[in-house]
Amino acid sequence: MLVFIIRRSLQSIVVLLAMSVLVFVGVYAVGNPIDILISPQADQQDRERAIAALGLDKPLWAQYWSFLSGVAHGDLGRSFVHSTSALGLILERMPATMELALSAMVIAIVLGIPLGLWAGLRPNGIAGRSIMAGSILGFSLPTFWVGLMLIMVFSVMLGWLPSNGRGETTLLFGVIPVSFLTVDGLKHLVMPATNLALFNLALLIRLTRAGAHEALLQDYVKFARAKGLTNKRVIGVHVLRNILIPIVTVIGLQFGTLIGFAIVTESVFAWPGMGKLLIDSIGVLDRPVIVAYLLVIVTVFIVINLLVDVLYSVLDPRIRLSDVKG
Amino acid sequence: MSAAGPTPATPLPAARGGAAPQSPFMRIVADFVSNPVAIFGLAMLAIILVLALFAPLISPQNPYDLAQLDVMDSRLPPGSAAPNGGTYWLGTDDQGRDMLSAIFYGLRISIGVGIAATVLALVLGLAMGLTAAYVGGRVETLIMRIVDIQLSFPAILIALILIAVLGQGTGKVIAALVTVQWAYYARTVRGAALVEKRKEYMEAARCLALSPSRIVFKHLLPNCMPPMIVVATVQVAAAIALEATLSFLGLGLPITEPSLGLLIANGYQYLLSGKYWISFFPGIALLCTIVSINLVADQLRDVLNPRLQR
Repeated sequence: MLVFIIRRSLQSIVVLLAMSVLVFVGVYAVGNPIDILISPQADQQDRERAIAALGLDKPLWAQYWSFLSGVAHGDLGRSFVHSTSALGLILERMPATMELALSAMVIAIVLGIPLGLWAGLRPNGIAGRSIMAGSILGFSLPTFWVGLMLIMVFSVMLGWLPSNGRGETTLLFGVIPVSFLTVDGLKHLVMPATNLALFNLALLIRLTRAGAHEALLQDYVKFARAKGLTNKRVIGVHVLRNILIPIVTVIGLQFGTLIGFAIVTESVFAWPGMGKLLIDSIGVLDRPVIVAYLLVIVTVFIVINLLVDVLYSVLDPRIRLSDVKG
Repeated sequence: MSAAGPTPATPLPAARGGAAPQSPFMRIVADFVSNPVAIFGLAMLAIILVLALFAPLISPQNPYDLAQLDVMDSRLPPGSAAPNGGTYWLGTDDQGRDMLSAIFYGLRISIGVGIAATVLALVLGLAMGLTAAYVGGRVETLIMRIVDIQLSFPAILIALILIAVLGQGTGKVIAALVTVQWAYYARTVRGAALVEKRKEYMEAARCLALSPSRIVFKHLLPNCMPPMIVVATVQVAAAIALEATLSFLGLGLPITEPSLGLLIANGYQYLLSGKYWISFFPGIALLCTIVSINLVADQLRDVLNPRLQR
């Protein structure tokens, strides 16, 4: 296990370095941020001073090198636009994104697994069929459009929920600002979280249904029934525990996807998270923020994938980590 | 996986009513139409494709001919009378465009971009996947590692990075979609090719000393196609949805190529004042397109899956 984790960490550093080069070179090629940042009225001297101040006059490799040595000191560069640390900007917005993604995951799990079980146990009932039809819709609906429609119904027509922002936040553990502890914050959180949850809800329903459907035909279920166990126990203990392994894996892997898709939901609901920051930064070519966002997100992904692999081997003793390709 | 690829004659299931043996193609058609939901999806898709293809002929208005637009008509609700005696069935947008016409033209652009990206990604993915499976060794490891790493990131994120790197424009959006999607094809075709490679007809082809290119293109490739067709169908829908999302975020197609995503984004600012139709109807068109493609793909998956043959 330890060897596996060490090997994976080393590989992760290589992936991170490769990503940083690709992104750095790529983002450099986009255009000249000077045109956006310096007013057209500025004279040549001002321009040159600004270019030198931002370090844009050095050759590309030198810029990358100073960036890398900065990274080693935990400094991912300064935002051209906000004139503060790019990493600081991103970390400042991370709690909002994490809260949104976690809430969405909770909604997907709390609704998805019971609905999927229901559909799996009664595949031919009306409820089961409607649940499955609904899940196809969940896959097909474009996230951003559903968000707009939620705003249209609940904010504009009914006037129940606010359409943008985080609302009132309180500090969790004294440091992390969260919305879900205040009524106002919860009202702001409900729609974006539901919107973000939809795809995973559909996925969990289908996964749980397929698992339950298959498990019910297995000998151990027949045996449990033959022992005279109650239906509740057969489903709750025998079936559920066996189908939980793939479900937990998917939940883990999907968490990364949620953070990715939060970009869209955050833009629709003006949720002040990392994704919104990325979109705004791409718009104004705020290079250090784009590069820092990508490095942070790649790191988050690598950590999630590692955790899922480890968790997988804990849940299913038949899988040994040496078999899992790093 | 014991059955041969579905395109060469698989042992026919006792054909309906013990009829004479059908050709594989006829069997696939017969299986496909046996599901009413799939027929519904196919019919809907056919209508959408016709609308997209003939948009200039059937649209009440050319929404991009400025001479036909009148700002006085902007943001009219659905059903309003148009100055030329017609009706704006789905209302008008902020520049006085007929939404129905804008949607027909938007469908054309969205579907066009989706199909172009899918075809290019299919070709690239096929080439990479077949190379990996046929050559093996280090080449295979390298290609499949890239695929693994890429597939562990959400598509939207990769597309956004690429747009950030490449800049905007139709060609660049297609390039981003291709880069996102080739990995799915590469993984699928490699899996199929590894299975096919061990079969006797491949051995026979090698024994006949056929050239590698002939073996790959005439023997291996056709037998790897069924799963690719299914993946490609699903990916057209995914490409259309992804392009719409990028365009909605303002990082997709330019304003001169108004896809459905751009139309929806246009209406976003008017949604809060109750003018729902500018965003609502393009969204419905997008939804119908994606649902119909997914329904067809679902049935294709069942029909083309040798393991499910009844």
